Amino acid sequence: MGMTMIEKILADKAGLASVSVGDIVVVDVDMTVLIDMQFGTQWKRPNRIHDPDKLAVVMDHAVPAPTIRDAAAGPAARKFVADFGIEHFYDVGQHGICHQVIAENGLARPGEVLACTDSHTCAAGAYNTAGRGLGPAEIYSIMCTGKTWFQIAPTIRYELEGVTAPWVSGKDIFLHLANTYGDAPNFNLEYGGSGLGGIPMHDRRTIATQGAEVSADFSTFEVDSVLRDYLTSRGVADYHAAQPDPDATYSAVRHVDLNALEPYVARPGRVSRNGLPVSQIEKQKIDQGFIGSCANGQLEDLEIAAKVLRGKAVAQGVRLLVTPASQAVYREAMRLGYLQDIADSGAVVTNSTCGACFGYHMGVVGPGEVCLTSSTRNFTGRMGSSEALIFMASPATVAASAIAGYITDPRSVTT
Amino acid sequence: MSVAFTGRVWVFGDSLDTDAMYPGFAIKMDPPEAAKHVFYEVRPGWTDEVSAGDIVVAGKNFGIGSSRPVSALFIELGVAGLVAEEFNSLFFRNAINAGLPAMTLPDATGIFSDGDVGAFELGDGTWRNETTGASGAVAKLPDMMLDIIATGGVMQRLVVQGYLPAD
Repeated sequence: MGMTMIEKILADKAGLASVSVGDIVVVDVDMTVLIDMQFGTQWKRPNRIHDPDKLAVVMDHAVPAPTIRDAAAGPAARKFVADFGIEHFYDVGQHGICHQVIAENGLARPGEVLACTDSHTCAAGAYNTAGRGLGPAEIYSIMCTGKTWFQIAPTIRYELEGVTAPWVSGKDIFLHLANTYGDAPNFNLEYGGSGLGGIPMHDRRTIATQGAEVSADFSTFEVDSVLRDYLTSRGVADYHAAQPDPDATYSAVRHVDLNALEPYVARPGRVSRNGLPVSQIEKQKIDQGFIGSCANGQLEDLEIAAKVLRGKAVAQGVRLLVTPASQAVYREAMRLGYLQDIADSGAVVTNSTCGACFGYHMGVVGPGEVCLTSSTRNFTGRMGSSEALIFMASPATVAASAIAGYITDPRSVTT
Repeated sequence: MSVAFTGRVWVFGDSLDTDAMYPGFAIKMDPPEAAKHVFYEVRPGWTDEVSAGDIVVAGKNFGIGSSRPVSALFIELGVAGLVAEEFNSLFFRNAINAGLPAMTLPDATGIFSDGDVGAFELGDGTWRNETTGASGAVAKLPDMMLDIIATGGVMQRLVVQGYLPAD
């Protein structure tokens, strides 16, 4: 019987000819990524680890350290890396949000299993990788043993067809899907179709990343020439792409007409079944705009923001925060002039970190404030006060809204 | 293998996210202090009312969100187990890996009301509402997961396996 993309990867890594929905398999994990939070007060040095070459350490959530507690994680991480000879170490200066750092350093490889202590590890699905966010205890266990288990969940397939209109991004595709189909807990999501080639890598990353917001297990994309070119540019070679079998079994196949999509916005509280086209929202004033996170702090996101903001000014009374997804993205965006355009508009460009997305540092919102974010979650209290309202939209929509002072369709302020 | 828990239940709704249980500001605290903020916005004051041995019952999509170790906070509060109509898979794994028993029970929030006493046995999937007398069974948990819970979670298992020094 045919297998879906994720079934193929998990069967391969479990050493099995095939797997079916419901099976529990023990798999070899190809790459395990620890983040700075892992090295906090609960950190214990292991007696031994499985394989230092299959491990990476990325400083991202709380760097440079906003608290003494977080500052203490740095030396613990550095000592661990030195003691065990871990080469894939991205310390402050080479840091960035782990999913961005994983991608730009070629650690997410097609057909492989990647585990990391952050729930958005499904981001690696953009690169045909079985990426899964796991809790710190489980990541610790994989670090020691090199293995973990998965129960094979049913797969929902999205057939992407057509071409998106200008100013419609991966965020808009995701918000449309989340609004139309709702949550998918204990399901895998698989993306492919005749329209896939028209969707650039950064948009695929946004869509894969946000599988977490519909509660899905894995979110994976097919391998095509766009991905192959990206992998080549990142030095990734000798990989085994996992393509679904033609007779794979899906719990649903959903056809998505990309031509029909427009910019979307999600209302506060949850992402699923909570959105509408930006063109239909009432006049909603904002206090803060945020462009950043593993979902939307990529170079192309900053390029879009710069394009919208160039020669314009952020509205009086509005703060616009822009957080590049990594130090490498920051430097490249600086070289290309994007950060100049963004800062000239009155926006604040921050250090690369998970910071504002999880309400931890650099951009926490206060009671009664309204934030429009292009990050990952709009849950109550996510970005600071539980009395703040968090709307979610694409970087283009956030930038256009920051100029207008209220939630605005980017097509109305751009040509 | 028997993994059983019995206690007073607290019933919550659907799609409780991890920010509602382990908010960003609580990540800056030690676990005993952080635990005082579980459900801080959904049900203020709950952490003063919950007692050791109590059970949390929730609706669909329980635990959507982050990988942050919410189960450690429940354990800190003395919660004996989690029951939900549907779990987010990461949240479910985190419970098992922390050694916190968890059962998926469709219609759990219809079967149980706040203050009922519930009895759950993961080893054979049976459950019973001691207050109303309702009872039934769900699929048993796979032995591998039962074994992790019975060992006290994956960190304890690593101690047993020699990967981690014992405290």
